[in-house]
Amino acid sequence: MSLLEITNLHKSFGGLSAVLKFNFRLDTQELVGLIGPNGAGKTTVFNLITGVYKPNGGSIVFNNENIAGLAPYNICKKGVARTFQNIRLFKDLSVIDNVKIAFHKNVNYNLLNTILRTPAFFRGEKIIEEKALEYLKIFKLEDKRDEIASNLPYGEQRRLEIARALATKPIMLILDEPAAGMNPQETRELMQLIEWIRQDFQLSILLIEHDMSLVMGVCERIYVLDYGQIIAHGLPEEIRNNKKVIEAYLGEEVG
Amino acid sequence: MHEKKKTWLTFLFEVIVLAVLFTIVQYAITVGLINQSYHINITSMCINIILAVSLNLINGFTGQLSLGHAGFMAVGAYASVIMTNNLGMPFIVGILAGCLAAGIAGFLIGVPTLRLKGDYLAIATLGFGEIIRVVLQNIDYVGGPAGMVGITRLTSWPWLYASTIVTILVIVNLINSSYGRAIISVREDEIASELMGINTTSYKVLAFVVGAMFAGLAGVLYAHFFYIIKPETFGFLKSFDIVVMVVLGGLGSTTGAVIAAIFITFLTFALQKYAAVRMIIYSLILIIVMIYRPQGVMGSKELTRKTFARIWGGKK
Ligand SMILES: Nc1ncnc2c1ncn2[C@@H]1O[C@H](COP(=O)(O)OP(=O)(O)O)[C@@H](O)[C@H]1O
Ligand SMILES: [Mg+2]
Repeated sequence: MSLLEITNLHKSFGGLSAVLKFNFRLDTQELVGLIGPNGAGKTTVFNLITGVYKPNGGSIVFNNENIAGLAPYNICKKGVARTFQNIRLFKDLSVIDNVKIAFHKNVNYNLLNTILRTPAFFRGEKIIEEKALEYLKIFKLEDKRDEIASNLPYGEQRRLEIARALATKPIMLILDEPAAGMNPQETRELMQLIEWIRQDFQLSILLIEHDMSLVMGVCERIYVLDYGQIIAHGLPEEIRNNKKVIEAYLGEEVG
Repeated sequence: MHEKKKTWLTFLFEVIVLAVLFTIVQYAITVGLINQSYHINITSMCINIILAVSLNLINGFTGQLSLGHAGFMAVGAYASVIMTNNLGMPFIVGILAGCLAAGIAGFLIGVPTLRLKGDYLAIATLGFGEIIRVVLQNIDYVGGPAGMVGITRLTSWPWLYASTIVTILVIVNLINSSYGRAIISVREDEIASELMGINTTSYKVLAFVVGAMFAGLAGVLYAHFFYIIKPETFGFLKSFDIVVMVVLGGLGSTTGAVIAAIFITFLTFALQKYAAVRMIIYSLILIIVMIYRPQGVMGSKELTRKTFARIWGGKK
């Protein structure tokens, strides 16, 4: 069953069409890759899906509902979570607070409880604390709970960002170049982790990667974007041998 | 169980400390140990603490630069005096009316302006603050430019003390909660915050309204202590004074806001006789702090029970 169905999506910045006639489908619990050379428009697609940008045209149907143009916080509440190409943690806050913020949309005490410090407040905070720790444990960050997020090494910041995204309890997780800046060892571990969370959380995952070889291993289907348009889509083997794709990537290396 | 008992004992201890502080000052006032000018000083100090702590919620914790705080103080002051002096209602009604009116003004101004960012927001709030002042100048019912006079002094030490503590408690409790984390996340990274499911606009408005309500409270206390209110009192310079306290104390530190408010009050008091050099010294201190400690005295740190426990433990 299709979970995400994007039809004819269009976004332009001034005169430049960053995304054009973009069609895309993601099924429930599928892991699909979106690849393409730098500047192809991949991040723009993510920004359109998550509501950071408003599309100029087209529809984004998620879970049988058109979410195109909704505010980001509403799209999050419908079950879409993401990470960013250049990590966007709450840098000056502690590791655990970063995750706790993800639980705010389901907070079960109100402002009056907060100000009067009623038992409901303490119960609610305890639940949030326990849940946040659960997520930190999954990503092996529980020992760093009170550290300031920006003091973590790069790889751990990436993991924390994924932990925070998962804590919003998404149906679909979208990852923007999660392996960027990681060494091969870290990248391998990350890919295993992504595969594992997909199984364990029963997630549908959309993955952007610049490095083609990386996605070949984990993705079931791959879309290739170039100059804002899909130039190929199919199984990893099909993409690997696709002439247009090779040209797009070659063009990048030459230029 | 043991942990719980300890928490209760700490709480009890804090209540006793607060009660003792209250009693000492109350006693000193009653027996005449505190003369008129000291009395004014203590009152200004409490009012400044309320103003600084509440503006810090907006500027420091939410990261929205507001330059119109004195405008909300004016709304609170005028609304309460209408209730008490003109309509003969008790002080508590004046207080509630002042807070409510300032909160409503905060909402009406916050909803359109909080879409703006950074400098634009600062200028818009500055403009609204001035609009409030000009509107008051042109309403005859509240005395126009001459303001309202002959206000009964109802702001007693118990009211001042209770108001200051309630302000600090409400804002500290708000910040140290899931709502507070949502508010701080807006300051940290608005887009990331939205993508965590947080309606950032509504949290900006929440902080703005709560901040405005307490500015209103400060206005009520001011009006009912100094007998007279004029639109000029609540102009841009007053707003700027409050911003200075918040920046001096450290954006995002309630402790810092309190310390800076106390410091600035005493400085103003001490320099009263030297009116000529007052502004020079005042500016010099600001410049020195901004050069050597641009994050303010406290940065974003707080004095908490933990800090005291550490100090205590370290001495042993
Ligand atoms: N906010 C923006 N304003 C103007 N141009 C933008 C903006 N965001 C992206 N673009 C442009 O859109 C194109 C696609 O960018 P992007 O989606 O970041 O590519 P990718 O993620 O595939 O590297 C680029 O030409 C980029 O300059
Ligand atoms: Mg990108």
